[in-house]
Amino acid sequence: MMSEMPWYNKGLFSSLNLRQKTLLTIGLTGLVLLVVFISGWMIDANLPTDFAIKMQAPSLSHPFGTDWMGRDMFTRTIKGLSLSIVIGIGASVISSIIATLLAFLASVNKWFDAFVSWLIDLFASIPHILLIMMISIALGKGAFGVIMAVAFSHWVNLTRVLRAEVLQINTSEYVALSNKLGRSKLWIAKEHILPLVLSQIFVGTLLVFPHAIMHEASVTFLGFGLSPHEPAIGIILSESMSYLAMGAWWLAFFPGLALLIVVLLFDIIGHNLKRLLDPGEANN
Amino acid sequence: MMKLKAENISFSYNKKRPILKDISLSLESNQIIGLIGDSGSGKSTLCKIMAGYITNFTGDVTIDGKEISRNGFDPVQLIFQHPEKTMNPKWKMEKVLRESWIPPQDLKDTFGLKDNWLTRWPSELSGGELQRFSILRALNPQTKFIIADEISTMLDAVTQVQIWEALIKHCRANDIGILAVSHDKDLLDVICDDILYFKELNHL
Repeated sequence: MMSEMPWYNKGLFSSLNLRQKTLLTIGLTGLVLLVVFISGWMIDANLPTDFAIKMQAPSLSHPFGTDWMGRDMFTRTIKGLSLSIVIGIGASVISSIIATLLAFLASVNKWFDAFVSWLIDLFASIPHILLIMMISIALGKGAFGVIMAVAFSHWVNLTRVLRAEVLQINTSEYVALSNKLGRSKLWIAKEHILPLVLSQIFVGTLLVFPHAIMHEASVTFLGFGLSPHEPAIGIILSESMSYLAMGAWWLAFFPGLALLIVVLLFDIIGHNLKRLLDPGEANN
Repeated sequence: MMKLKAENISFSYNKKRPILKDISLSLESNQIIGLIGDSGSGKSTLCKIMAGYITNFTGDVTIDGKEISRNGFDPVQLIFQHPEKTMNPKWKMEKVLRESWIPPQDLKDTFGLKDNWLTRWPSELSGGELQRFSILRALNPQTKFIIADEISTMLDAVTQVQIWEALIKHCRANDIGILAVSHDKDLLDVICDDILYFKELNHL
């Protein structure tokens, strides 16, 4: 019988059930991100420069190599990642707030619903990167500009999901009955609907995170995001472009890989949490 | 004593196929009236119209000749056939009950409501247990008429008797009129003062 067991039920974690495994995955992934964030936050932005060790390939003392000013690329990458995480948090939280407000606005009456649907179609029809660049420039670039730009371009999907969800709850018998018991629309929205869509909002926020980080890096890379003196991954990548031809591959490879890993970690948390909070299984 | 009256009610979900035509019936607050009809004949639709869930019908629903105010607590309360659909799955039973009112202990006892049910989720209780909650929820002191749309169909005979006895006792004591809708003629024969046949009311 043992041979028929799937790989994830063997060895160290065999005693855990699916729920515990999901929680473990979320916990470990979250821990890694927290470590990256805190260590990056503790690093001084003004890294020491040492021209004696400039442009060194990865070694034991400098695992990610050094750049043209002799700065340790590992330290710069961690600092950049923690900045990315901050921007990711800001952007995804704001976009979720926008999405929630619009979804509830859509439930007021059919004109508001038509307006919100129109707004969704409008924003969905503009390429993200273009919208982000325009908003970022309009708000004077920098971290604030990027956060707002990403937030105002990423509410669309969550709004669409939440609007449908709210619409469905609104036609349920318990909402109709609540209305007959003399409860106001505002009370129903707060007490009946919000608890039911809270898990969706939560998962939605986490799943916007990877997009937010990637888009922050790409607009910064293109020069419409953070200013060059800030230690962002996008800045590191765009600077490294001029040294790639000289064979300094590590300048772009490791920061890019690290960014990808962080994005994947957030995605893993988001999807696992979604499994955990699925409305059908929430009470089990 | 009050009188709930429905006069010349007509309604259609689909313009080509009317479902209710010129239905009139009245119910006094010391009465229990039964309503019998075939499946799909429009009984539930009539219930929803009288309880104010459907508003785009033609005709009048009045209490003592006055339009019923549909804002705020509705004096005509509908009890649904499926209690599990009328409860927010993320609410504990205590909150479900409190949304309407906090019933006194003796009333909870007559309906056989156990205190440890109050801390459970709706998905953790059976249909009969949930139906007790939805009936008790409808018995708010502001309620003047109850429209019971097949409320005991999914219950076993013993529970049916228990629930109906408790409901009738409370309504007789508090001057609440009941319109009991069912397929079950034997049940209505026992509990009702008078029985109406939906076929005869509906002038289709």
